Amino acid sequence: MERQIVYESRSLYRDDFRVTGFAFGQGEPAMCIVGSMRGNEYQQLYICSQLVRRLGELEAQGRLVPDRQILVIPCVNPYSMNLQKRFWCIDNTDINRMFPGYALGETTQRVAAGVFDQIQRYQYGVQFSSFYMPGAFVPHVRIMKTGYEDREMAVRFGLPYVVLHAPRPFDTTTLNYNWQIWDTKAFTLYTASNSRVDRPSAHQAVEAVLGFMADQDLLRYHRHGSFYLSRVVESEDMIALRADRAGFFESFVVPGQEVEAGEDLARILDPYLGTEQSRVTAPAAGTVAFVRDEAMTYESTTVVKLIPSDD
Amino acid sequence: MIKTVVRVGLPVGEDLHIRKNRLSPQTGGPGRRVSIVTGTHGDELEGQYVCYALQRRIQAQPELLRGTVDIYPALNPLGLNSVTRGIPGFDLDMNRSFPGQPDGDMNEAVAAEIVQDLLGSDLCLDIHASNIFLTEIPQIRINELHAAQLLPLARLANVDLVWVHSNATVLESTLAYSLNSRGTPTLVVEMGVGMRITKSYGDQLVDGIFRLMAELGVWRGDVPEVRAPVVSQPPEEVAFLNAPVSGIWLKHLDHGARLRAGDVLGEILDPLRGQVLCAVTAPVDGWLFTVREYPVVDQGSLLARILPGGER
Repeated sequence: MERQIVYESRSLYRDDFRVTGFAFGQGEPAMCIVGSMRGNEYQQLYICSQLVRRLGELEAQGRLVPDRQILVIPCVNPYSMNLQKRFWCIDNTDINRMFPGYALGETTQRVAAGVFDQIQRYQYGVQFSSFYMPGAFVPHVRIMKTGYEDREMAVRFGLPYVVLHAPRPFDTTTLNYNWQIWDTKAFTLYTASNSRVDRPSAHQAVEAVLGFMADQDLLRYHRHGSFYLSRVVESEDMIALRADRAGFFESFVVPGQEVEAGEDLARILDPYLGTEQSRVTAPAAGTVAFVRDEAMTYESTTVVKLIPSDD
Repeated sequence: MIKTVVRVGLPVGEDLHIRKNRLSPQTGGPGRRVSIVTGTHGDELEGQYVCYALQRRIQAQPELLRGTVDIYPALNPLGLNSVTRGIPGFDLDMNRSFPGQPDGDMNEAVAAEIVQDLLGSDLCLDIHASNIFLTEIPQIRINELHAAQLLPLARLANVDLVWVHSNATVLESTLAYSLNSRGTPTLVVEMGVGMRITKSYGDQLVDGIFRLMAELGVWRGDVPEVRAPVVSQPPEEVAFLNAPVSGIWLKHLDHGARLRAGDVLGEILDPLRGQVLCAVTAPVDGWLFTVREYPVVDQGSLLARILPGGER
């Protein structure tokens, strides 16, 4: 394992800004794994730290395939993590809206450019990311439909779902999109949590990545734990259920749970009276893909997403 | 007449209202419609004065109004109330959420309702104030895709600069792009600086709005002479100056200054050591139309934009 500085810049009053990578093996740039890019992505950092630990052990055991290099960048944004702020310290910009970056541009464009310069040659790219709304997901691989996406390969992570997502204009500046445009097979992995560490789901993600590497002949390794035959779903086929009232949000279900048509999934309570104001009900049978995990909700906000049953 | 365009319930005993004021002619039909929108970014306040001053002048001579003027002073009321640029609670840039989706998440549904309400306007002005970091001379920015239709209108708006810039896919999520691509001509105004009101710029733009209203037959009164703007179009390149080092920016020249190559715009300082880290100089002769106001800079922070060749 070689610890390396992927990108750095100096600050006036803070320690230098450093993006740190961990390289395993030498040779062809085979696989790059990127963790937290926002300051509240603790689960993403945790997963990468566990991957660094496991890859270090596997390298010591001689299980890496020769002439292939694996790079793990656990955190692209330590400055924001240390402030507990989701986006960039001064201007609140999102590094994951700055790719492919611009080396002579604004600060986060430079960070994106500096990192992308180091990671764009890899054959496979994995990013652990988060949704802009607080909530828990069923673990899945998300790929953007750029015309270069590889859904068969996405299935090899062995997570329960592969979600295909048609990019919208603001998606064109994400790492996943740009990796694909520059010939890296890119996959974004979502696990159960975001700003809280969920160890079982982190363990599942580590095994998914190691298993994928074994599948692509980067690693001699036997998977531990469950390997799902992923179901591939289009993101527009997912059913988004919105709160029709604002108030306290109480969920009756968890991600991954099977539900029947007509089943109550959550309810909303009046914030003053404590009485039930409305229920969120499944319009069709399916699997819970996302559940909001905040105490309260706005009106018209997506609180549950369902993947409809395929039969 | 004040109308709620969007209403959404907030968790505890409050609704979010996005409102507009519709000024209608005293006689005749509704005529053509001009919409003034601002307050998308909660830290940009220059448009607040424009909404006020425009109405005061119309109210002084309401008989001269021959069309409809819709004024939307706060597309992001929660942001304005909390000195927050984006949408509080979501940390999203509202101007990357258009055209929205009627059955989408709250922010997408709100964006869709706003677009729906504005569509059909004969002209829309979307007023911004850069951000809290930069000061701008009054200018209109136009995506080159829509330049043919918008440039003649922009020339009447009494701004100092019209900057026609190249398209970028990410900009397709803006309000202006969403409206222009659906047939509602929309001019994006940038002027002044975040968190402040520059009254002289507001008055200048209000003159331009009256000139535009007269052009569209919405206003029958006398209108002031408007200035002819400098127009910058591709392939002409605007020069961007970014901070080469992190430090404290001390501005030497104000926006609007004419520059010669080599002129010092400002310095980046290290107060801990009492040193000048670097002097920032103009790379070309030109016109300083954007300059950084906020002193703290990271390496890469935008310090200035210069139009090469200067004022013409």
